[in-house]
Amino acid sequence: MRRAFAIAALGVMLAGPVFAVLPDEILPDPALEARARELSKGLRCLVCRNESIDESNADLARDLRILVRERIVAGDTDAEVVAWLVDRYGEYVLLNPPATGSTLILWIAGPMMLVFGLGGAAVYLRRRRGARDAGDMALSDAEQARVDEILRS
Amino acid sequence: MFIELGHFALILALMVAVIQMVVPLIGAQQGWAGWMAAGDAAAGTQFLLIGFSFAALTYAFVTSDFSVALVVANSHTAKPLIYKVAGVWGNHEGSMLLWVLILSAYGAAAALFGNNLPPRLRARVLAVQGAIGVAFLAFILFTSNPFLRLEVPPFNGKDLNPLLQDPGLAFHPPFLYLGYVGLSMAFSFAVAALIEGRVDAAWGRWVRPWTLAAWIFLTIGIALGSWWAYYELGWGGFWFWDPVENASFMPWLIAAALLHSAIVVEKREALKSWTILLAILAFGFSMIGTFIVRSGVLTSVHAFATDPTRGVFVLAILAVFTGGALMLYAARAGTMEARGVFAPVSRESALVLNNVLLAVAAFVVFVGTIWPLVAELAFARKLSVGAPFFNAAFTPFMVALAIILPLGAVIPWKRARAGRAMRPLWPFLVLAVAFGALIWAMQTGRSALGPVGAALGVWLMLGAAFDLVQRTGRGALRARLGRLLRLPRADWGKAVAHGGLGITFIGISAMLAWQQEVIRVVKVGETFALGAYEVRLSDVQRLEGPNYLTTMAFMDISRDGSPVARLTPEKRVYPVAGMPTTEAAIDNGLFRDLYLVIGDPQADGGWAVRGYVKPMANWIWGGAIIMCLGGFLSLSDRRYRIAAGARPATQAPASRVPAE
Repeated sequence: MRRAFAIAALGVMLAGPVFAVLPDEILPDPALEARARELSKGLRCLVCRNESIDESNADLARDLRILVRERIVAGDTDAEVVAWLVDRYGEYVLLNPPATGSTLILWIAGPMMLVFGLGGAAVYLRRRRGARDAGDMALSDAEQARVDEILRS
Repeated sequence: MFIELGHFALILALMVAVIQMVVPLIGAQQGWAGWMAAGDAAAGTQFLLIGFSFAALTYAFVTSDFSVALVVANSHTAKPLIYKVAGVWGNHEGSMLLWVLILSAYGAAAALFGNNLPPRLRARVLAVQGAIGVAFLAFILFTSNPFLRLEVPPFNGKDLNPLLQDPGLAFHPPFLYLGYVGLSMAFSFAVAALIEGRVDAAWGRWVRPWTLAAWIFLTIGIALGSWWAYYELGWGGFWFWDPVENASFMPWLIAAALLHSAIVVEKREALKSWTILLAILAFGFSMIGTFIVRSGVLTSVHAFATDPTRGVFVLAILAVFTGGALMLYAARAGTMEARGVFAPVSRESALVLNNVLLAVAAFVVFVGTIWPLVAELAFARKLSVGAPFFNAAFTPFMVALAIILPLGAVIPWKRARAGRAMRPLWPFLVLAVAFGALIWAMQTGRSALGPVGAALGVWLMLGAAFDLVQRTGRGALRARLGRLLRLPRADWGKAVAHGGLGITFIGISAMLAWQQEVIRVVKVGETFALGAYEVRLSDVQRLEGPNYLTTMAFMDISRDGSPVARLTPEKRVYPVAGMPTTEAAIDNGLFRDLYLVIGDPQADGGWAVRGYVKPMANWIWGGAIIMCLGGFLSLSDRRYRIAAGARPATQAPASRVPAE
């Protein structure tokens, strides 16, 4: 859905290609091309909103796709290509934030919450089992006293 | 003139909403029947006034009244009628008007169908509903008035965004809003119950149909948006983990959790305060969604209204309602004492686990969505959180959910033995795993996603079928068949919805695992291979539509020499908006979609062409439709029609009541 408005915003600027990966970008070696595609999916098109360069039609995304391919052809490993891009564009370019420093919080937030949730649920379930089966059908002490009083009179 | 009347009606609706907020609340506090009854009249009046106002705006769009600024910005005389109507909500101001229209419609429905609610509870529900109305009507009137006129009307309009001129997207917002706003009913019921200090089985029974309805609409809305993205955006993606998609997905997850916990309240009078909390959170997330879309704070491409005053206003509404409700909750939740008792292994516990997984999944989506903002404000790090994060962090919860679901759906209430409940399910589990293993063996060397997803989907579907079968009891086949047909609709709804989830699982995993793609240059008359198919680019023509120009390709698909389909992908240009769009052509099939896109002409006389084979694509939305069908079946169960209002004097034995 979000591509809709990206195209809306960009459409006016580039009333030309409405196409992400173009035929002339594709590397002749299918193995290298597959690596490039896989890397592209995790890299952000910097002028777009939350789009990977693999999906984006923006000129900058095309430039980045070609850059990635050039690095791959030059013999870089995947990690080297990513490091090279992060050096130039910052970690903003990564759609998958690395689990380091403060970003660690992001990654462990879910599992932590799950532990809390399960812990809370376990405590609750224990208490449910421990509760008297009659629940509040049983009389409280005050009610029992009142019943006794009525019965006595 | 009609426009001004619509504007005036909206102002009047705000005043009526103020009355609806104040009078019934005081009446309920003091026990004055007349004041309580005022809520009904106010809710009805408010709906009629906003309805009139909405009709006035629609009239302006349909007649292309270019003295209204909003119509100029979003319409054009050459636009087909359906998109003139859809243009009413295809913009910020109009969509907010639709929002309050639906809000007041729910309020009026509660007044109309709430005859069997205790008057005090009904008065409070309507008062809370009125308060939400006041906030959003004020938002519209003070920050985003759709009725503003232009001094010098232009000759024609600027046209609606061409991407929105599509049947899938025309009806996407109304359904989404019916869902978002429907959760306001659960919220109002929760706040009313907190004020009253009383939650019982009857309360659970009243809240559930509203939540169910909202969940069904949300499902339809999300599915429509996803389907639209699939066929319109030109490469067949169906989910992007965009902030605005997440904004609709979080309430959906919470609503799904709420649906299940309300069952426990209704059947077993447990999980009360948790259910109240979920009801508050569900609507809270709806409002967070509104905030995200309207403020543009998370720089999503959906943010067509990037305006700080609006953002601040929505944030204030969010803070007052969610914060207020949570404070009330903190003060009162202790009084909601649970009555039902159950063992750690029981249906209740399974539903608790369901709730934990769904709620934590929603939390993960929430954290991922706001993290770029948090990182920038708190740690001065500018970073992105995109699809790879969500795929890794969110998917495990859904896998866990799918694994426990078939067992949880059939395990007995109160006290059960897991081994015993699992015994009849083992063959199905083995079958599902074997199926996954078979696929694993066949596909060799590709991701585990396909086999795992398929096995889970099969497990869910078989589990749902078993759920129905085991409810028919023992005896002759004929008798059991008869009983199967006479099962409560709620039972059918439950099994159908769970089966639908399985179908969606299969669709998503197959599409992600086994998609085939071709990107290349093709000359007219040339043939290229697409998976097992051959595609021939027969012709390319330039044609003219009602308000656009198009380049249409004629492509013939065949398989082993026999023709399969002729597809006509297009590339359109809307001259008024000055904008190109791609119209992919899709040959739909039960087990695969063939998806073709035409691109630009190349220097050597060929055309850039993209083709995909999308396996099981329709299962994604088919599953969603089936889930909705299950919801409707459950909603039509006779206990909602007949005894919806009965606050039972004595608790019915839990085992006799239809489960869901």
